[in-house]
Amino acid sequence: MSAALPPGIPVAAPHAHAGGSVRRVMAKVMLALLPATLYGFWLYGWPAFHLFMFTIMFALCGEAFALRLMRRPVAPMLLDGSALLTGWLLALSLPPWAPWWIGALGGLFATLVAKQLFGGLGHNLFNPAMIARVALLISFPVPMTLWVAPLPLGSVGAPDFVAGLQITLAGIPQLDAVTSATLLGHAKTELSRGIDLLHAAANAPALSYIGDRAGSLGETAALLIAGGGIALIFMGVISWHIPFAMLAGIALPAFIGHAIEPARYLDVATHLLSGAVLLGAFFIATDYVTSPNTRRGQLVFGAGCGLLTWLIRTYGGYPEGVAFAVLLMNALTPAIDRLVKPRIYGRDRKGKPREPAAAKT
Amino acid sequence: MGLIEKVFSLLEPAHWGVHPADRKRPAADVPVRGLPLPARLYVPLQQHIGAAARPVVLFGQTVLKGQLLAEAQGATSAAVHAPTSGIVSAIGDISAPHPSGLSFPAVTIEADGDDRWADAGIAVDPFGLPPQEVATRVAAAGVVGLGGATFPSALKLGLGLRAKIHTLIINGGECEPYLSCDDRLMRDAPDEIVDGIRIMLHATGATKALVGIEDNKPEAIAAMTAAARDFPAIRIASVPARYPMGSEKHLFSALTGQEVPADGRTTDLGALVHNVGTAWAVHEALRQGRPLVERIVTLNGGAIDMPGNIRVPVGALVADVLAFVGLKTEPARLVMGGPMMGNRLPHARVPVVKGTSGILALTANEAAQLDPGPCIRCSSCVRACPVGLLPLEMSARIGIDDLNGAVAFGLKDCIACGCCSFVCPSRIPLVHYFNHAKGELAAQGRAQLRNESAKRLAAARIERLARDTQEKAAAAARRKAERAAQKAAEKAAAGTTAAGAAAEAAQQASKEVVA
Ligand code: SF4
Ligand code: SF4
Repeated sequence: MSAALPPGIPVAAPHAHAGGSVRRVMAKVMLALLPATLYGFWLYGWPAFHLFMFTIMFALCGEAFALRLMRRPVAPMLLDGSALLTGWLLALSLPPWAPWWIGALGGLFATLVAKQLFGGLGHNLFNPAMIARVALLISFPVPMTLWVAPLPLGSVGAPDFVAGLQITLAGIPQLDAVTSATLLGHAKTELSRGIDLLHAAANAPALSYIGDRAGSLGETAALLIAGGGIALIFMGVISWHIPFAMLAGIALPAFIGHAIEPARYLDVATHLLSGAVLLGAFFIATDYVTSPNTRRGQLVFGAGCGLLTWLIRTYGGYPEGVAFAVLLMNALTPAIDRLVKPRIYGRDRKGKPREPAAAKT
Repeated sequence: MGLIEKVFSLLEPAHWGVHPADRKRPAADVPVRGLPLPARLYVPLQQHIGAAARPVVLFGQTVLKGQLLAEAQGATSAAVHAPTSGIVSAIGDISAPHPSGLSFPAVTIEADGDDRWADAGIAVDPFGLPPQEVATRVAAAGVVGLGGATFPSALKLGLGLRAKIHTLIINGGECEPYLSCDDRLMRDAPDEIVDGIRIMLHATGATKALVGIEDNKPEAIAAMTAAARDFPAIRIASVPARYPMGSEKHLFSALTGQEVPADGRTTDLGALVHNVGTAWAVHEALRQGRPLVERIVTLNGGAIDMPGNIRVPVGALVADVLAFVGLKTEPARLVMGGPMMGNRLPHARVPVVKGTSGILALTANEAAQLDPGPCIRCSSCVRACPVGLLPLEMSARIGIDDLNGAVAFGLKDCIACGCCSFVCPSRIPLVHYFNHAKGELAAQGRAQLRNESAKRLAAARIERLARDTQEKAAAAARRKAERAAQKAAEKAAAGTTAAGAAAEAAQQASKEVVA
């Protein structure tokens, strides 16, 4: 600041801005999710679409209600897109044919409790979508683990708009006909029955790269999710550090385990392509608010998410561990941020002034 | 640790600063035009860091161009000269180039239109002068840092003599968007700049000069390289265009690969940083005997009809210059300096000063609008900060009035470059908070000093009072003892026991003194 002038008066420099905004960031993320979501709609038909709509609507309602309660401006905050995105991510992680109240409760819980109760955008310690998912899983284990095999729109027996709405509102008719285990769920059950994976694989649901298997919207469209995530990296919305570290954090132990005892440990591809790993690595662990703010901290964070996911899947009681892993690492984020700080110019990592050692030359 | 450190540095390449759209052209490519002499010039007495200059002219006095108007006052100050010939029509307060619009002492000159120079000193060979004399002449010419910091240049040169400088770093970075006055100067007057650099080498005793120019100015690099061809001590170096490359420490690091220790200066590492404009002013002062009374100012921004670089006498009003280049539309914001660190002007009736690198008339589209939202912890600011700070954490601390917390996060290392505010998607005026907090801390520091000195004074007073009472008591006791001794002496004839009584009395008196 030019000290030739009277000090202490507000100067609103800089007068230029890079042009980004929160709304634009959120919009880009949603754009990246769009292909996977549309594909998911096609794959699981109208019920998936209805559940998605319910989830988002209630997420928005929760946000609006909380804002009203706190007498904050509702419209601008609702329009920043963050609540919409939270609902969207939650919907992608639910069983596509789950009843409407699962989405409704989850959406409300995500924005009202997991986000606004913590102080709103930017203040929540945990990822709202994942908190809601875990809360649903613990409270309603049955509908939350009821997966259906894909029944693409237009195929024989696929419910139409109205039938789809009936499924979402009133439940699935003839349960056994359409439900199916996810790959991870199947592996867990078989292992717990004492059947090793080599034998279990014979009647396992096939691992499919194009999503021809049971799972959530975000799971089956694995490649589209990954594509969207990579697009986000190129758009500069997220950096590669968290996804890379998280995938590596799963792949490495999976590779070692599978190499040592394939009958006990699932292989790398199964780990990476099933469950919410890709959605988690690119869209959930990378949540700005709940991840560390340095590149270095993000590498640690991502690796932790990956490793924990693998540990929970392999040794824990649940077949899937992404949500738990991310939440655990969310809890560690403040600690990581405290320990891993950028190096300040002219100082060492501990904050002490650097020695002017290289003064010569 | 070493290995982990290596792996991490591979995974996260060092990155600092931002790449704002530079918007330097087409203004940079237009030849420099001279501003027609305004009828009246308002020359502020303080155009530099330090104390205001003391006027040495009288109301109504006739002055010539380049004549001393006000002399440096105090250790850090700079002289001010008449930018044209005319009559001193006022000495008093005018509005200063600052958003506050606060007034500022200035000398007003009614131009006579002749623009007649005072007799220049006899030209001498600067290389025949002792270095100290060069600095003295630079001081006499009122040269200050023209990069915006406006630190008196002669003081810096003197610093060079004391601090064993071996390298002179010449800042041709001009990293602020929109501005091109240094670019223009390097293209148009490279020989003068190189001559100024050689004089400064002589004045500081440095053996080499590195001129850092951002690679978005190829014409300037070419012109300077050609001008410096015959002087192996001067090297022209192209540096990547990146804001804030023009920050002293960052340019120094980019050119030498070293880092200035925190709380230190480049001079600690034997390097002195000067701006190219300063080199030019040094040349003018020593070769022509001409003080700094005009400069090149970039007029730019979407609201300006004919953007370009204008030669402007110090003291001309921004309004005069704007009238010369014309306005297409009413500007949404007037800025003196660059868009990243410049000051917003309350109105155009403020004078151009030595440190004015640019005047921007921005349209509503260009001017950053602030409508701050909550921090979404996106860490864009962390990546942008050239110093390696955590702006989001500092602003959160400042938000809850925890200034010490902000200092713990490095507030005092913040160079107020504005990169963080520039990138923040939530449009939080981060740098504004930091400047505010720094001001607050400085005020607290001053208050504390005041408190301490008040406490010292009070303590001294209590001590003095105690000493006074003690001395009075001692004196009283002494008198008592004397009286007792006298009485004893009177009784001395009566017998020897009296002597013992006198001694006893004296002893008692001394006990009282101790008590
Ligand atoms: S203004 Fe301060 S905190 Fe912000 S980027 Fe510049 S140095 Fe960093
Ligand atoms: S750039 Fe703005 S929103 Fe992002 S972390 Fe920094 S202060 Fe928060």
